[in-house]
Amino acid sequence: MSKITIDNHEIEVEPNTTILNAARKIGGAIVPPAMCYYSSLKESGGKCRVCLVKVTQGSSKDPRPMPKLVASCCTPVQDGMVIQNITSPEVLEARKGIVEMLLINHPLDCPICDQAGECDLQNLAFDHGNQKTRYVEPRRKFEKIDIGPNIKLHMTRCILCYRCVYTANQITDDRIHGVLNRGDAAEIGTYISNAVTNDFSGNMIDVCPVGALTDRTFRFKQRVWFTKPVDAHRSCTKCCGKVVLWFQGENVLRVTARKDQYGEVKEFICNDCRFAQKEMNSWIIDGPRHIEHHSVISQNNYEEITELPTADYGVYGKRVDES
Amino acid sequence: MKLLTSRSKVVVQKKMNLMERLYIPAILGGLLVTIRHLFGRKTTIQFPDEKRKFSPVYRGLQVLKRDENGAERCTACGLCALACPAEAITMDAAERKSGEEHLYREEKYASRYEINMLRCIFCGFCEEACPKQAIYLEGEMALSSFFRGNLVYGKDKLLEPVKTVQDKREVVIL
Repeated sequence: MSKITIDNHEIEVEPNTTILNAARKIGGAIVPPAMCYYSSLKESGGKCRVCLVKVTQGSSKDPRPMPKLVASCCTPVQDGMVIQNITSPEVLEARKGIVEMLLINHPLDCPICDQAGECDLQNLAFDHGNQKTRYVEPRRKFEKIDIGPNIKLHMTRCILCYRCVYTANQITDDRIHGVLNRGDAAEIGTYISNAVTNDFSGNMIDVCPVGALTDRTFRFKQRVWFTKPVDAHRSCTKCCGKVVLWFQGENVLRVTARKDQYGEVKEFICNDCRFAQKEMNSWIIDGPRHIEHHSVISQNNYEEITELPTADYGVYGKRVDES
Repeated sequence: MKLLTSRSKVVVQKKMNLMERLYIPAILGGLLVTIRHLFGRKTTIQFPDEKRKFSPVYRGLQVLKRDENGAERCTACGLCALACPAEAITMDAAERKSGEEHLYREEKYASRYEINMLRCIFCGFCEEACPKQAIYLEGEMALSSFFRGNLVYGKDKLLEPVKTVQDKREVVIL
């Protein structure tokens, strides 16, 4: 076991755990944000640089600090490591710069984007970014294309996190899209406009941290914060069948997989559950979905009935047993 | 008797004298006040023929604005409905088809946009929330109808006519 310190919190973790996962074991505000790392996808991480942290002491054997900020999602811990995340102004300044870098080619079309309200980049920019952009040059533009019958690709919004590529590699058995070209010309594509039709391809929508891959069956139907999330399940032969239904009134507008507190899907669902089953009677409702209070989706979202006071109140609102 | 306050007066029913019993001097005194007001500055106006000058920041009925090319600015982002404390605004979005670029500015637009004027409290939060400068509370200020249903204003009543595309306010480009 390695004993490490992150922002003055001490914890013992298995050797070869990454700093990010060690921080997630502690939890709270000291967990570095991540745009490309996805715990259920192997080899993910190391692309977006959002999770940079400062290592002020490499290990107990070699207590020199690491010369540069390191990406916490792909740096394993060593015994006696001392890490600074939110206590280091250098890290926060670097993170601000990285958010600005990610937003350079990202269009300002949140009012149109279906991901708005549950977008990782929106939250990241809100928490760590500047309010104004300094970028005046033209942003790169792409035509929006339909990759397959259910998924829409807005390449202008993509931040090249590679999550969808790893999903197609690891969750589905054939991958027909990938990253074409290099450097600033890199783009997600299916090369000669192939259709993504794999049974688990819909999970690319859930892993996408921005609105680059969106659900065509939910396109412009409703803003996410006007829909009510409800946990539900059904017996499915292909997947676990555990989903979140997004209701408006009696209608199921959208079906997604269940995300954990870091926005990651642990149990992927099949396209049949996601796109085809939009009737109420094909699902068994488990209960309201828990939404974090700071999210805009928590607006008007009631998760439980607050119990009425049980004590016996007298005529004048004074408890009888008090007098 | 102990008085409850220092301002209370003791009422005495005393007999009126002749002048007071005639009433005429008191009536003339009252008429004099009325006649003096006839020649003074008038405080009322003949609404609705005449209208008062409003402050430039007054809040009237909502108007959905068009841009300089006459296309609708609203993209149905739903922020006005989210900000609305009275929950008066509802909308449906639709995707712009090719060939409709002169009608709608962005790729999404509001196919239905309704404000329930009976619920609206004219707080101006929708104007403040709008990221596209699409809604302003600069229309008429008095609304009336014989039927409550007529006071749910749709796009036909809210949308600015194409001819008067003159943005009086300075558009802040973010």
